[in-house]
Amino acid sequence: MSLLTLFNAMPGAIAQGLIWGIMAIGVYITYKVLDVADLSVDGTMCTGGAVCIMMLMSGAPMWLALIVAVIVGMIAGLATGILHTLMGIPAILAGILTQLGLYSVNLKIMGKANVPINNQKYNLMVSLLYVKNVPFYKNTILIVAICILILVAILYWFFGTELGCALRATGCNPNMSRAQGINTKVNIVLGLMISNGIVAFASALLSQYQGFCDINMGRGAIVIGLAAVIIGEVVFGKLFHNFALKLVAVALGGVIYYAVLQVVIWLGFDTDLLKLLSAIVVAIFLAIPYVKKEYFPKKKQTAKEDK
Amino acid sequence: MLKVENIYKTFNAGTINEKTALNGLSLHLEPGDFCTVIGGNGAGKSTLLNAIAGTWYVDEGNISINGIDVTKMPEHKRAKFLGRVFQDPMLGTAANMRIDENLAIAARRGKARMLSSGITAKERESYKELLKTLDLGLEDRLTSKVGLLSGGQRQALTLLMASLQKPEVLLLDEHTAALDPKTAAKVLAKTDEIVGKDNLTTLMITHNMKDAIAHGNRLIMMDSGRIILDIKGEEKKKLTVEDLLNRFAIASGEELNNDRMILAK
Ligand SMILES: Nc1ncnc2c1ncn2[C@@H]1O[C@H](COP(=O)(O)OP(=O)(O)OP(=O)(O)O)[C@@H](O)[C@H]1O
Ligand SMILES: [Mg+2]
Repeated sequence: MSLLTLFNAMPGAIAQGLIWGIMAIGVYITYKVLDVADLSVDGTMCTGGAVCIMMLMSGAPMWLALIVAVIVGMIAGLATGILHTLMGIPAILAGILTQLGLYSVNLKIMGKANVPINNQKYNLMVSLLYVKNVPFYKNTILIVAICILILVAILYWFFGTELGCALRATGCNPNMSRAQGINTKVNIVLGLMISNGIVAFASALLSQYQGFCDINMGRGAIVIGLAAVIIGEVVFGKLFHNFALKLVAVALGGVIYYAVLQVVIWLGFDTDLLKLLSAIVVAIFLAIPYVKKEYFPKKKQTAKEDK
Repeated sequence: MLKVENIYKTFNAGTINEKTALNGLSLHLEPGDFCTVIGGNGAGKSTLLNAIAGTWYVDEGNISINGIDVTKMPEHKRAKFLGRVFQDPMLGTAANMRIDENLAIAARRGKARMLSSGITAKERESYKELLKTLDLGLEDRLTSKVGLLSGGQRQALTLLMASLQKPEVLLLDEHTAALDPKTAAKVLAKTDEIVGKDNLTTLMITHNMKDAIAHGNRLIMMDSGRIILDIKGEEKKKLTVEDLLNRFAIASGEELNNDRMILAK
């Protein structure tokens, strides 16, 4: 295969990476800000698309389809939140329960396992047909990039508000938060809702982009999301300290993930093994901090900050 | 101000690890009382503070603050009335957040948190002034992450946070135990200053008998989930460590043959 094929495949990889970057921003909010590993996103990553596609096909305008997709995603987050905070189910298990339940919900929304949407008939916001040879304002890469900038701006504002600060404190130190009068349960539920709303939005974009919604669309989404979060942190961590830039780094992490994936495919790697490869890469990166601490403890350097 | 009436708390009830940590304890604090709490390891001192703070509910008995029954009030709601500093310097602050953000969160204790700004420029200025009074150089590090601070700096910051919104009752759980003697003295002096300025009703646990005697207007000693000694007024002013050891022997019916039981740390 020639370099040209790789080159031609790149715009698509970038567009897809950006869409998954939005999903990863959702994961970032639970995993990094709230310190909860939320697996419901594997379900929501299909739900958003299912809602959006079905609504578009029944004649709803794009903005409405997107808003409803986000709201349904938030309801999924609410379910996980209630299972976790009010019923005391560990977060991972609560997420798995929601994810499993969503499988049926998604099937019911779509009526079957796979629903295609014709981009000739419907005016789609993004599509894999719009990544090159279209006027620039129709270019999917540009549109998704703008979505990311708007999303980052909103989140940056929100996490600077009193409520946003309370949410961050909840993730960082629940003891301190309660002592300062913060209802940590409400904040965990809120964080899960915001996260799943964002993931559902990404799902709505992804199903339009690929021209169909599939019941298995979200399988392993959490791993891709985590990969993007980790890649973003590893690559841009030293550069970006501002919260907004960290979110941008996560989105770019998604792009890098898909670009690398594209190269791996181009190199002729057996695509059946791709998920295994993703899982191994993410496992390695998740293990690094622990392995560093446990097996290669640094010599005393904490005293540096003491006065 | 603070009324604790006949409270009981048993951990792991019905298992071999069953432990009655509070055993029918009662305590009334008048407004402005500064009460120090001493007692051996496992006497139930922290458990008493946690009961007041609402970390969990007591099994029996009542707690009220300023006439409001808080016995069944969840921890985050009770926080409105309470300022707290924990024994572990890590517990009182959010490490991943900046110094000014931590203070801003404390400034909003007991208030509804909505979509207005989490911290204003005006606030930041006032925090700078406030931090200057600590004399730890924190005023120049307003935007540093709290995780970068030393234990003493974090404890001093937590103390400021606990008193930023004037609490009805200030709960201090061995808040200087993890600090080196010099920093501990500094934080204790600051504690006196803060308590004195607003005449705060305070419960302060300490393992140091000298500190317990030197600070506050009242001293209680705990043993096995109960108060076995309660010294106030003139008597408290004249108290010496020796008195205290003797009084302990009489109250508990046993010789305090191991001073370190109380003096540890
Ligand atoms: N959450 C808990 N679960 C089970 N047992 C507990 C819990 N908290 C306290 N205890 C037990 O209750 C008893 C009193 O503990 P507490 O922490 O109040 O002691 P303390 O007086 O603060 O002692 P120290 O001086 O060591 O801090 C101890 O035996 C302790 O093991
Ligand atoms: Mg204790």
